[in-house]
Amino acid sequence: MATEVYEKLEEEQLTNKVPLKIKMRPFIILGPAFLLTIGILIPFGMAIYFSLTNYSFKYADYVFVGLENWLSMFTSANFWHSVGVTLTYAGLATLIETLLGIGIALLLNRENFISRSLRIVLIFPLVIAPVIATIIWQLMTNNSVGIYSDWLRQLGISNFNWGADPSTALFTVLLIDAWVFTPFVTILVLAGLRSLPKAPFESAMIDGGSAWFTFKNLTLPMIMPMLIIAVLFRLMLSLQMFDIIFALTRGGPGDTLMTLPLTAYTEAFTYKELGVSLPFMLILWVFVYFLSHYIVKYWTYTQNKASGK
Amino acid sequence: MKRIIFGFISVLAFMFTIACSNESATENKGDSSSTDTVDLEELDGFDWKRFDGEEIEVMLNQHPYAEAIVERIPEFEEKTGITVNHSLTPEENYFDKLTTSLNAQNGNPDVFMTGAYQVWEYATADYMQELDTFIEDETRTSPDYDVDDFYEGILGAGRWDGVPGHAVGEGNLYTVPLAYEFNLLHYNKRALESIGLEEPPETMEELIEAGAQLDGWNGEGSYGVGTRGTRSWATIHPGYMTSFDNHGAVDFTVEDGSLVSHLNSAEAIEITEKFAELVNEAGPSDWSSYTWYQVSNDLAQGKAAFAYDASNWAIFHNVPGEAPEAGNIGVTTPPSTKDGDLGTNMWVWSIAMNKSSEKKDAAWLFMQYFTGKEHMQWGAIEANVVDPVRESVFESDEYQERIGDIEGYVETFNELIDGSTIKFTPQPEFFNTTTEWAAALQDIVNGADAEETMNQLNEDIQERVSRVRAE
Repeated sequence: MATEVYEKLEEEQLTNKVPLKIKMRPFIILGPAFLLTIGILIPFGMAIYFSLTNYSFKYADYVFVGLENWLSMFTSANFWHSVGVTLTYAGLATLIETLLGIGIALLLNRENFISRSLRIVLIFPLVIAPVIATIIWQLMTNNSVGIYSDWLRQLGISNFNWGADPSTALFTVLLIDAWVFTPFVTILVLAGLRSLPKAPFESAMIDGGSAWFTFKNLTLPMIMPMLIIAVLFRLMLSLQMFDIIFALTRGGPGDTLMTLPLTAYTEAFTYKELGVSLPFMLILWVFVYFLSHYIVKYWTYTQNKASGK
Repeated sequence: MKRIIFGFISVLAFMFTIACSNESATENKGDSSSTDTVDLEELDGFDWKRFDGEEIEVMLNQHPYAEAIVERIPEFEEKTGITVNHSLTPEENYFDKLTTSLNAQNGNPDVFMTGAYQVWEYATADYMQELDTFIEDETRTSPDYDVDDFYEGILGAGRWDGVPGHAVGEGNLYTVPLAYEFNLLHYNKRALESIGLEEPPETMEELIEAGAQLDGWNGEGSYGVGTRGTRSWATIHPGYMTSFDNHGAVDFTVEDGSLVSHLNSAEAIEITEKFAELVNEAGPSDWSSYTWYQVSNDLAQGKAAFAYDASNWAIFHNVPGEAPEAGNIGVTTPPSTKDGDLGTNMWVWSIAMNKSSEKKDAAWLFMQYFTGKEHMQWGAIEANVVDPVRESVFESDEYQERIGDIEGYVETFNELIDGSTIKFTPQPEFFNTTTEWAAALQDIVNGADAEETMNQLNEDIQERVSRVRAE
């Protein structure tokens, strides 16, 4: 049997022929990955295609309209307003949660009973679906039964209308967002802090380095890779934020909180204009794609720096 | 960087190629004719048990009318042998969910609850089965059904010829009504007494004044006038649209075959300013979060002294033991802003059949049962299926006795009946235009200049209705 195989191989080598199954091996190995890639890309392809049609749930047929939906999006004031709201929301949410996350993580980076207990409590907001968290906050900020509204009234503030007022709606959704997602940043930063080597910090302490000096020159650069991962995830998810805003105000009052995902949803499901709605989502996808690419690049740089490469 | 951009463009090009290999863009999603009838197989006489063993899916909005249906599904199942699977969804999300289901065109749900306005979108999209064919077929419709017993105007709310701008009442019948609502003014008698009023306000000015006086009338959080306020079409159609029409404003006219928006007319701006004043002076401070459920509940719980919304609340909340304010709620005509006869914008909850249903006959039996005399009579007396859409039910002694106890109800009904219709211009961009309208109203309530906002709204709406496609 072995002899036969050997002879066959020898004959193939003599005739300089590579067997077909060996030739096909890379394709067979890469096949599933290729199919997976196609599977991932098909929905995007469909979205691009339908963004070039006037497809609407209100009509029985549709036609190809080229770039009409894209042009009308770029020339509409609503789009630029949505871009502004989306960037403001995502920027502020990420900044607030990052600062709070670092602060809380530093406070919890101790080995005592209080820290251990608080770490357990910290997980609570993360295990609640954001939409449920929003409903709970809606009740707490309700003007007649809300505990927070009641506290404000006791402080003499009777006209604070939370999500119902354009001047406080953004603050309210950011508050809920921070409540839900700050623990995520905290846990990642805390994991980074717990994995730091002790020696550099002991040296800094012996040399009389202040707490701020140690944090700025040792702690922060060393936890930077973890921090960037946290920022990347929060920024990506904040840019795509839908559920908290939708559950609280549906994008109102007026158009105050009409982010790109909210606008896309409203166009698609309330106005039933799928062709009009898709450019709003695709443009967000392009933006998030590029932004993520540069953040990941920066992450690689900081990781190399942190590990002394 | 160059590699990234090149790679990105390559990916886009690849995906576009895949996408463009899709079926032809001009291929129909379905049969677009809105005047199609359905070819029915011949049956031999009517029989409730004919579809014994079938199973149908029903999608309902969370509402007392739906609760009455759910309560009696076991009786229907026993009578017909048909199994009913149902879902209940709150109104704020119901139509988004329903549209997605209908668009899938997989026959699910077989029957769904809908309003009259939705016909203008769903019939155009070919999601709705016309029902005349079923009603006229003696082998499919029980001899007891008596379609002539429905109030003509209310049944006609579900009949439309599919032409944007054409009034309802002509063309195919797409829905059968469950109950209807006028939008009028409810008042709490205790609240009126607390400020020494013997009669409810008649004009918008009087209502604003009384509402402002009643801030805190029943403790912390109580206020004057409840109206809906979310960024939704549902904010526009009750009190606001009623006042809009009574003030002489119109939403659209048809000129040269096209819809022309008039949302920035002098009358439209005046009444919007007045309505915003009502909300600011007498409404709840978190008005923009108020839905049907909140306003209704505030009236029942004694938080709102007035509610400018659906007429049936006076019946729901006056049932002894059902609400804290039962027995204290009266109704009167909508607040006037001009001399002249008053009317109201009417809302009709109905049920309809999915055109892509594969169990149309079983679905029609369900629709027949729950809009038949027997269920309607039970619903109007034993449950809250009010106001009834069948004359025999409305005129029955039991129902007259039920509404006779409600202060002002019969008088108000008689005064408004002639002027109450659907005040919107039928067109398939209804949700689109009214949601934008609600957003503009929120802005005005929050201090934006009414004229400027309505001018901008008119421009946006005009652009949106220019998308209306005549099929």
